Amino acid sequence: MQKHDQGTYDYLRSSKKFPHVWCAGCGIGIVMGSILRSVRKLELNQDDVAVVSGIGCTGRMPVYMDFNTLHTTHGRALAFATGLKLARPELKVIVVMGDGDAVAIGGNHFIHAARRNVELSAVVVNNSIYGMTGGQSSPTTPLHAFSSTAPYGHIEPPFPICDLALAAGAPFVARGTVYHVTELDKLIERALGKRGFSLVEVMSYCHTTFGRANKMGSPIRMMHHLKENSITVGAAERQDEGSAGKIVRGVFRDEDKPEFTELYDQMTKEADGTPPPRKRLVRKGWT
Amino acid sequence: MTAQLMQGNHACALGALAAGCRFYAGYPITPSSEIAEIMARELPRLGARFIQMEDEIASMAAIIGASVGGLKAMTATSGPGFSLMQENIGYAAAAEIPCVVVNVMRAGPSTGLPTSPAQGDVMQARWGTHGDHPIIALTPSSVGEVFELTVASFNFAEKYRTPVILLIDEVVGHMRERLALPETGEVQVVNRAMPGVPPEWYEPFGMPASDVPALAPFGEGYRYHITGLLHDARGYPTTRLDEIQPWLERVFRKIERNLDEILMWEEEGIEDARVLVVSYGSTARSAKQAIKQARARYGRKVGLFRPKTLWPFPEDALERAAEDCQRVVVAEMNLGQMALEVERVVGRNRVLRVGRADGHLITPEQILDAIRETPGSTSRRRVTVPR
Repeated sequence: MQKHDQGTYDYLRSSKKFPHVWCAGCGIGIVMGSILRSVRKLELNQDDVAVVSGIGCTGRMPVYMDFNTLHTTHGRALAFATGLKLARPELKVIVVMGDGDAVAIGGNHFIHAARRNVELSAVVVNNSIYGMTGGQSSPTTPLHAFSSTAPYGHIEPPFPICDLALAAGAPFVARGTVYHVTELDKLIERALGKRGFSLVEVMSYCHTTFGRANKMGSPIRMMHHLKENSITVGAAERQDEGSAGKIVRGVFRDEDKPEFTELYDQMTKEADGTPPPRKRLVRKGWT
Repeated sequence: MTAQLMQGNHACALGALAAGCRFYAGYPITPSSEIAEIMARELPRLGARFIQMEDEIASMAAIIGASVGGLKAMTATSGPGFSLMQENIGYAAAAEIPCVVVNVMRAGPSTGLPTSPAQGDVMQARWGTHGDHPIIALTPSSVGEVFELTVASFNFAEKYRTPVILLIDEVVGHMRERLALPETGEVQVVNRAMPGVPPEWYEPFGMPASDVPALAPFGEGYRYHITGLLHDARGYPTTRLDEIQPWLERVFRKIERNLDEILMWEEEGIEDARVLVVSYGSTARSAKQAIKQARARYGRKVGLFRPKTLWPFPEDALERAAEDCQRVVVAEMNLGQMALEVERVVGRNRVLRVGRADGHLITPEQILDAIRETPGSTSRRRVTVPR
């Protein structure tokens, strides 16, 4: 293989019929490349990596990746992944979702996964729209933007995905873009190395639907838009000139917190052989 | 062997543990919650997993995820939760992931009558998901049978790589009976087949002679793809007719060719019967009493056909049992669901339905009244009301 693979080719399925389903110029492939480079950098064994996804354009990502891959139902990827991780705690479980998948239909699972703190690495590709179904409004569609279900402009405020995870207690929360790829590699690498629930929101775009509806031009112009309209966490904190209203990139939280399966194993050790207090059960005569 | 007095729900939890269940995910709902409570207490002591999820959708998803990880997994719920689980039950059927879903049925629709008994989810168990797939659904009518059929549910799920639905009605779930618990080792336990080929030859959705491909757990070196999209032998999505058609045929065939094992029913007094009562779950207990009275008090020749396997429906067995009967009374705590199947098998002119969906039990008297009706004297669709 040639140089352009950047070490990712080994992690793609040779048995899968390419080409992929994504439109030419889509950002999702960039996110996939970033995940693969992070897996390589961390020297994870392919057999020990599982990638779980829901439904949508991003949901199609795992099929191309040569790991244990599970393409589930719409919105439920984190719930499937929770079961898998509990059954196989030794697996590195990466969950890839789109914005509609993660915070519309899967919003409940998203906040509870963040709260519960099972070690799952969630990568949410946010393109502000439902791409696969033809460009309908999603929970992250910006106010006043146009979509195929908002022909007069969107009248709902968008969901801030990172804030949602922060509020729910996720120990690692970060945001990157598909333009700032080197930075994204580092964010995903840190997320994959995290002992606990981690979220990386990746700002992408859908030139085919969102871009067309909002007259934003070619994928290249949408890339430039991400470049020009995003700033680092540091710049946002300093309130640099022109930082207002821009996408903030970087790590918002990275802290240590007891992880669910660790706590569970601790509980199991204590439960081993010694029955828990049976107050209610004994009273009802169930032993 | 130790005998204990216990509830049906307790027997279900113990049956699951005996069958090798090592993962439970669920969401509280009466009248099924005791199963979760017992699993929450017992699974950690076995080093196994219990998790209370945020809803029933997530519970169903989690047990599929755990089963993909190689654990025998179950959830338990009641009507409203069962409705929420349907999409992922379809996923388990399409991806052929073994799992057991217990539905302790209460009266619906919607929130209904929490938590009075009903048998209103028997059709949902068969047709609740979208699309076509086979399903196995079992229903017990005593505490002892809850234990047996819970074990059978896990065994069928593992053997045939399919979700299995265990329908317990609230009466059976909450009533207490003596259960003679078998010793460890006395319970016959089936485990899913593991691949006997190296990873590069492994076809998780291939066409083995048994029609049930081996299922490698994630993390064992067999890297493959699982999807709810229709897929080829390797698990990759496909729209090709020559790949979809054989898959569809195989998933139905793997159940249909094993009906001898899967179909379970009880017959009583059908040798000389002129009237057959078809009933299941707790209602079959009323039916037995009614039959006893009909024979003793009125000299009527009445038999019982009690399916333990509701899906696939034991149609051949019912056809044989009903052969010499002028009338077939179908008693169930709904307004005519399995009656549709019975009518399909024996012809609708012979069938009289006894149903109720008001949260109360069908009494032996109601069934006795139906047994004593002369054929043709009442409307086929009569639904009895409490006296």
